Formats: sequence, structure tokens, C-alpha cells
Amino acid sequence: MKLMSFGLLAGGWVIVVAATWLLHVPLVRTLFVIAGSAIQVMGLVLAVRAHKMSSSEKG
Amino acid sequence: MLPVPSLAENASMFCFVLILLVPLAWIGVGLLNAGLGRSRSAAHAVLTCLCSGGIAVTTFVIFGYSWQATAANSGHFVSVGTHSWNLLASQPFFLRGSRLDLSAESLIVLLQIFSVALAAIIPLSAGSDRWRLGPACISSALLAGVVYPVFAHWVWGGGWLAQLGTNVGVGRGFVDAGGASTIQITGGLTALSITWILGPRRGKFSPQDMPAGIPGHNAVFALVGCLFAWIGWLGLNTAGAILFAGCQISAVVLIVVNTTLSAVAAALTMSALTKARFGRPDASLCANGWMSGLVASSAAAPFVKPASAIIVGIIAGVIVVYSIDLLEARLTIDDPAGAISVHAVAGVWGLFAVSLLTGAASSGQWLAQLAGVCTLFGFVLPFTYGLNWILDRFYRQRVDEEGEMQGMDLYELGAGAYPEFVTHHDEFLPR
Repeated sequence: MKLMSFGLLAGGWVIVVAATWLLHVPLVRTLFVIAGSAIQVMGLVLAVRAHKMSSSEKG
Repeated sequence: MLPVPSLAENASMFCFVLILLVPLAWIGVGLLNAGLGRSRSAAHAVLTCLCSGGIAVTTFVIFGYSWQATAANSGHFVSVGTHSWNLLASQPFFLRGSRLDLSAESLIVLLQIFSVALAAIIPLSAGSDRWRLGPACISSALLAGVVYPVFAHWVWGGGWLAQLGTNVGVGRGFVDAGGASTIQITGGLTALSITWILGPRRGKFSPQDMPAGIPGHNAVFALVGCLFAWIGWLGLNTAGAILFAGCQISAVVLIVVNTTLSAVAAALTMSALTKARFGRPDASLCANGWMSGLVASSAAAPFVKPASAIIVGIIAGVIVVYSIDLLEARLTIDDPAGAISVHAVAGVWGLFAVSLLTGAASSGQWLAQLAGVCTLFGFVLPFTYGLNWILDRFYRQRVDEEGEMQGMDLYELGAGAYPEFVTHHDEFLPR
């Protein structure tokens, strides 16, 4: 689960980089950057949940 | 490309003196780490600061700076469409490609050497009482040799984040004069990685995940550390603004005022909030508040007005107190000195404050700052976690149970920080 969370973090970042490098229309670029950030937020939430679950298991 | 400034001789000398203040931040953070940890690990905390900082500096000089360098140096580029993006510098190892002669480039080298040490000691408090000395030093080497230089190149070395303004017109590109992203958030996210890998201290959380208070052993260390850190930050913010943000020498007065106001406002806010919540101000949280104000000022100090600097500090103080609570009480993350909240969370606020409080939001500056923050969470966090995770597989980072019970001082160093700790009973007799 933690691996997946880091995948989401990195994937969101790639979307942000691609949007800033490739998209020239400001509104479209902004929307894609926000979308990439939202994916990163999901990844961070998943990472925190994975940590909580593993802490509970070690208990 | 972010140009390397050309400085007159007087200006270079003045900038050199400002950079010499930065090691005081190192002292301040070290005292804070020791004071907010337990007495049985106090000497270990400070020794780890010395050793980790030293190893970070050495590693950075050997090969870290080769990948960071400055905008004036050669680098590895990738071409996308009509734009060329700078990904990594390519300088010789051991600073052989740099002139160390009071030129602007040499001042950048010096500032970076001190900055990387500061970034390396930030995560140490997150591993307080359980992070072994050897692995902590290797982790610092990884940070200084790989993680920090790559990201710092993107921000300060003319890399792609700094080029967002010139290449695609996103504001002025990612802006961070004093190292809120390169030093503070990088250190804070490494601290988060370390807490995840090490796990909490023994007895910190009950089986029901209720946190137990483990207070720091010396509030005086923590608070005096804040004062040392303040002086160090004055040097960091002013020198960073001159060398990386193109500020004139005359701007240092504004930067010093803003840095001080931000720290003061954050500390007073924290004092008021803790008095409201607990009936009395909490010294250790006030120390965290002060530090959060300094961290938040790192990005914004050269660009905001003094009244806005107060707002930056107030918001940093509010955010950090709730962040510390959230991480400990809800997310079961044991961070003894609040490094994650103070450095990462307050640093993120500082980066956004640059666009929100300077009127630059309309030019797309907020988008550049968001891109930088996304890079920190999408590249720096997984990278630093991955490196530390691999390190943990080969060289166990956490001390064993016996060591944690004895304390790091006795277990790893063979001697406690306070060998003559004596309670004088007659001082407690009624008079």
C-alpha cells in the first residue's frame, strides 16, 4: 500500500511536470496541475493510512 | 536561466559576513534537538548533529555540489519542443571546477555548504532517542550527496523549476530565496521518512494509539536554540536573497525586519493558542512556533512588506500547532521536536505566501510555487524514503530495545550527558 502511495505521489508529479512543460494554454495547464496535485494528495493520504495500518499491526 | 549575480568587492565581503552567520542556525537546531529530546540521549543528539552535519558537508564537497552548481555552469539538458530544460549540473568533483575567491559563485558554494548541513540535521530530531549514530550519518550523506543537490539545482542552479518563468511564462519561475523548499521542506520530508521507517519511541502510543506525553528534558536548551537559530536565519535569508533572488544589498534591512517579525508573530501566536488550550503557554510549543516563523520567512522575507511578514508568522504559528496535534494524536507519527510540522508544513506555507501576499498571484506565480511543492512531495519524499528504506535493509537504523531503555548516550557512547545528576534533597525542604 505504501508503494502504491508513492506511485501516486510520483505519478501526480509527472502530470504536473508534463503540464507545465507541454501545455501552453494557461487555463488547461492550470487544470492539469491541479489534477496532478489532487493525485498527490490522494497518495499522501494513502501513505499515512499505510503507516497507521503497519503501526497497528506491529502494535 | 537564473543568472549568477555580479557583486562589487564591498558587496561580496558583506555577503561573506552574512553567510558566516548561517552556522549559528546549525547550533540553534542542534540545541533544539537536544532540549526537546530526553536527557538519556542528550549527548547523542548533539554528537549526531556534529557528525551528520560534518558528513553532509564533506559529501557535498566531494560530489554533491557537482550536481547542483550554479546557473553559470554547464549542465545536462533535455529538449522538449522549443524549450530546453536544465536537469542536472555537471561540474568536477571536489569543487575543482569552482573558484573560491570571494566571487559570487564562491559565495554560493559557501552558502550551499552551510545550507546542506542545516538540511541534514533537521531530520535528526524526528529520530530522537532511537536513531543510531552510524545510520544517521549515512542518511545525511545520502541527503547531501544526492537528494539535496538535485532539487537545489532545479531551484537555485538554473534548473527547470527556476526556468518556468523564462521558458513557459509561469510567473517568475519557482521562487525561494532563503531555502524554504531546498533546506526546510527537504529536511522536513526526510524527517517524515525517518519517522515512518524507525517507528515511534517505546511507550509513545498505547495499543489504542493514544499518545503519551514524553516531554523534552531541557526547555532552556530549546529556547536558547531558537535565539541562535534566529541569528543564523538572518544570515541565511539575506545571503540567499542576494545570491539567488537578485536582491540588492540595500534590501537586507527589509529582510532582517521581515524574518524577525515572522518569528516573533509565530511565537506569540503559539503562546496565545497554547494558553487558550491548556491554560498556560507551552515552552516547547512556543519554541516550535518561533522556528516555524523563521521557516515560513525563508521564502517570503525578501518580497513581502513588514505587515505581511506578521501575517506570515501568525498563520505559520496557527498551522503548526494544529499540524503537530494532527500528526501525533491522529496519524500516530512520533516526531519529538515537531520537525515535520515546523520545517515541512511551515515551509509549504512560506512558499505559497510568496505569491499570495506579494500581489504576484495574478501573474501565475502561485502555479510555479505549486509546481515546486508538487516536486517536493512527488520527487523528494519518495526519493528520500526509498534511499533510507534501502539503507535500513543493509544497516539497521533503529536501536534495539535495550538501547532505547538505557538511552542512546550510554548505549552508543558509553557515557551519559549528565553523569553527576544529583538531586539535592535539602533544596526541597520547607523554609
